[in-house]
Order: sequence, then structure tokens, then C-alpha cells
Amino acid sequence: MISKEEVKHIAKLARLGISDKEITKYQKDLSSVLDYIEKLERVNVSGVEPTSHPFSSENVVREDEVLNKKDNGKLVDMAPDKKDNYVKVKSILK
Amino acid sequence: MNLTELTIKQTAEGLKKKEFSAVDVCKAYLDKIKKFNEDIFAYLLVDEKGALSQAEEADELISKNKAVSVLTGIPAAIKDNILIEGLKCTSASKILENYVAPYNATVIKKLKECKAVFLGKTNMDEFAMGSSTENSAFGPTKNPNDLTRVPGGSSGGSASTVAANMAAFALGSDTGGSIRQPASFCGVVGLKPTYGSVSRYGLMAFASSLDQIGPLAKTVEDAKIVFGAISGKDPMDSTSVDLPSKKEAFNLKDTRVGIPKEYFVGGIDAKIEKEIKAAIKKYEDMGVKVEEISLPHTDYALAAYYIISPSEASANLARFDGIKYGASSKEAKDLLDLYLKTKGKGFGPEVRRRIMLGTYALSSGYYDAYYLKAQKVRSLLKKDFEKAFRKVDAIFTPTSPIFPFKIGEKMDDPLSMYLVDIYTVSVNLVGLPALSIPIARVDNLPVGLQIIGKPFEESKLFNLGNAFNGKY
Repeated sequence: MISKEEVKHIAKLARLGISDKEITKYQKDLSSVLDYIEKLERVNVSGVEPTSHPFSSENVVREDEVLNKKDNGKLVDMAPDKKDNYVKVKSILK
Repeated sequence: MNLTELTIKQTAEGLKKKEFSAVDVCKAYLDKIKKFNEDIFAYLLVDEKGALSQAEEADELISKNKAVSVLTGIPAAIKDNILIEGLKCTSASKILENYVAPYNATVIKKLKECKAVFLGKTNMDEFAMGSSTENSAFGPTKNPNDLTRVPGGSSGGSASTVAANMAAFALGSDTGGSIRQPASFCGVVGLKPTYGSVSRYGLMAFASSLDQIGPLAKTVEDAKIVFGAISGKDPMDSTSVDLPSKKEAFNLKDTRVGIPKEYFVGGIDAKIEKEIKAAIKKYEDMGVKVEEISLPHTDYALAAYYIISPSEASANLARFDGIKYGASSKEAKDLLDLYLKTKGKGFGPEVRRRIMLGTYALSSGYYDAYYLKAQKVRSLLKKDFEKAFRKVDAIFTPTSPIFPFKIGEKMDDPLSMYLVDIYTVSVNLVGLPALSIPIARVDNLPVGLQIIGKPFEESKLFNLGNAFNGKY
């Protein structure tokens, strides 16, 4: 069973706010799925390369020049907090 | 004539012969939606004004015999994780409840070029995470064949619109079975294309190495038409590729089909197994060569999927931080608090569960044991299919081991919900194309056959699917 500390640690890494009540539920839910995943222990993967992508692909690049000049007003408009044409964020350095 | 019962092809023919107009067709579907959407809840948003205006534009072209495509004037339903500029796009989540799409997804751009008509946005499991559409923050969709049962997920809304004739076709997305399984549960055709054949630009990402957009339709031919319109390389999606242009002649009698023995051991409903075997026999009678094959690592596919997909999701969903768009907590005192409160409240329980799972699998100390291991198992699955496809042209399996279950039945046990995907996930992990076609009904509940093909051989899937011809 995954511990309460581990659950709190993961939630912090994920920047996910969880209540104390939820910690127990996560312990149960995550442990049940992780138990199922244990079956991967039985697979012999020695010498096997990992696959991160269905087909081998290379980086797709283009020249570093401005294309499709768009008005970013629409995008800034969507921000919950904004000032002039900037998206506002909470202070990071105290 | 009931216009909502026509296929895309039949509608296009009727429009061409001026038997009815695109506005007539659009109104017929809108009427159907007004009558049935409250009970079925397939649509989250219906854009009546926009749809009628698009239908009028289509009629303009058709009247001058300038219809640009067989899809001109054809009404579609779009899953709510695909952006249509100017319309709300929520991914069935509270965190995007009021988000309005600032641009069109490439698939929408392509359908707009065909002058198709967009009726609205369909319900889904939140952020495409689920197999029943019960994880929608706005309420579940009901299966049109039995309103007490789920339509499947995560594209349950899209599948229901087609099944209930509330759209001529729909678009869904498939990461672990989310087009095929609801297609099977609702009794319609669903295609998950080869990874890379349809642009993901404008699709809200769940698991970027697994996601694909695909059609849900009334017939295989209709699915083929839509796939033809939406596929192709897109400079906005670097993982998209050009489809090979060579066309091979198809002969049913030269086609070899494999039946993986690992897919028929326990867990599958006996009635479904019976119908699948009967369908396979039908194909044999048509001249197809059927043989047993082995996909030895089948048993590990679901476990690998439930590490890889939540891991990718945990990275993809990090963007919903309350800063650039979407819901944002007003009570946050500092940046960290903003993240914690925004995500804590904005994401539903299944989404949070998967973010936690993914974060755990990728965290220091666990990465090698889980994520890296799962990626290696993914390589083994790929080799399994490559080996099988040296002997056969296509693989037949049931789409789902069980019939559509009752609403609420699996909500208390996340793992039992995950097991529903057992036949569909390998396909996404390996990037193959797969088509689900309805082959039978038992006590009015549909049964789907999954046809898996080699990369970029969708035409073979369409030919095989078409051969069954809905004769059951």
C-alpha cells in the first residue's frame, strides 16, 4: 500500500491540491492500479530498446523567421489575469 | 423520407439531385436533437445558428452545381476536445467550462474546406480519460440503444449522435480505444487511424504518442469518406505524415486474417464470443483465409498503457495552471497556491487520479521501474504485431469483452473500468489502424468486431469492413 507521505509528495510534484480526506482514497486507488501493473515484473526486457513513439521520427525544423503574424490580443484576452497586452502572473521572487 | 436516416453518400446524392436542400437536412437533424438530446445528452453544445448558416452556404454552392466535396452540406457532431474557432471547447471539464476556442483544429479546417456543417460539440469523458462518458463534469451520456446503459467512452457523445441519427457523422479521438469502444457499444462504425495519418493540431492532448482523431459513422463507406477528408500531413503537427499513395487491388479471397488466441481466453462474455466467431465464419464463407496467430505479450499491454498514458497525460495537463486560460482560483495567495487550488477544484476525480498515477510513474526512483519498463514492453508488443503481420493482412478481435454496462456500475472501482479497454490499447501503443464495425445485436445490445491493420493500410480495413455489409 502506497504511504500517505508518498501520496502527499506526488500531489506536491503534480501541483495538485488534495484534501486530507482524499489522501486515503488515493492510497487505495493508486495501490490497486499499481498492484495490477506489478505484472510487468514478469516480463523479460533485457536487451530491449524502449519505444517512445510508434514510428521512428526526426526533429522537424524550419528557418527561425516570423511567419503568420497573428494578433495575440485574442490569446491574452483569455488569460484570467492580465494588464495591457500582458498575461499577469503572481510574483515568483519574494 | 427521413433525412436523418440517410448515410453521407445517400445525402450527397439527394442534394445533387435537388431532392432536398442542405438546410432541409440540417433542420431535420436539429429537430432530432431537440427531441432526443435532453434524454441522451450526447451534445454539450448545439450551434443552431452557425449550422444553419453553414448549410445555407452549402446550398449556394450546390445550387450552382459547385459542391466542393461529397461532404458539402453534411452535418457533423464534433467531440468537445477538438477546437472549432469561436465555439466553447471544454473537454467536458470544469477547468475549461468557459474556454472559447481561438482557432480551428486542422481537421475542422479541412472539413470547413469541404463545406461540411457543424451541428455542435459532443459530450465525453473529461480530458478523454474514461471508457463510459461518466467522467464528464457535466453529466453522463446515455446509450441510445438502452438509456440505462453507458454509450462507452471517451467518445460516447459522438458515438451516440450517430447511433441516434442526431448527426450524419461525428469526429472522436482515440487514445486507448475511445473511438472504437463507444462505436461498438452504440452499434456504429468507428475508425482509429494509423498514428500520424490525421493531424492532432487543435486536439486537446491527452497522451501525445497515442492520440488520434477519427470518424464515427453509420457505414464503413461513410467512415472512409470522412477519413479521406481529414487525413494528411500537416505542418502544424510534426508527428503527422503523408499517406502512402500506392493503392493495392483488394481481393477477399487473397486476404489472410489472423485471430489472436490470447484474446479469447476468459473474461469475454460468452454471447459476444459466439457472435464474433459467427462473424469470422461469415468471412471464411466469403473466401477469406482465417488462421490462429499469437500475440504473446497481450497480457501486459493494459499495464503498459496504464503507465504510459497517465505519464504523458500528467505532462500534457500541466498547462492548465490558471494562468494562460481556463478556470483560475481567485482565493490563491501565491503562485503555488494558485496551482494547487486551480487544479484541485478544476479537475474531476478520474483526471486527478491519472495525473497522480503518471506523476508517480515518472518520479525519481520510480521512472526506471515503471515508465522505462512500460516503454520496453511497448517495443515487445510492436515486435509481436510485426511478426503476426508477416503471416496475415489483418487481425480480427472483439472490440469489447463485455456488453454496454449499466450507468454507475463501474464507478466505484477504477481498475474494473480500466479492464474494459483490454482489446483496444495495444493498437494505440503500436500506432496501428483499427476499425470497429457492428456485427450483431444481442437483446438489442450491439456487438462490435475490431479489424486491426498494418500501418497506413486503412483501405484494407475499409474493404474488409465493407465486405461484412451490415448483414446480420
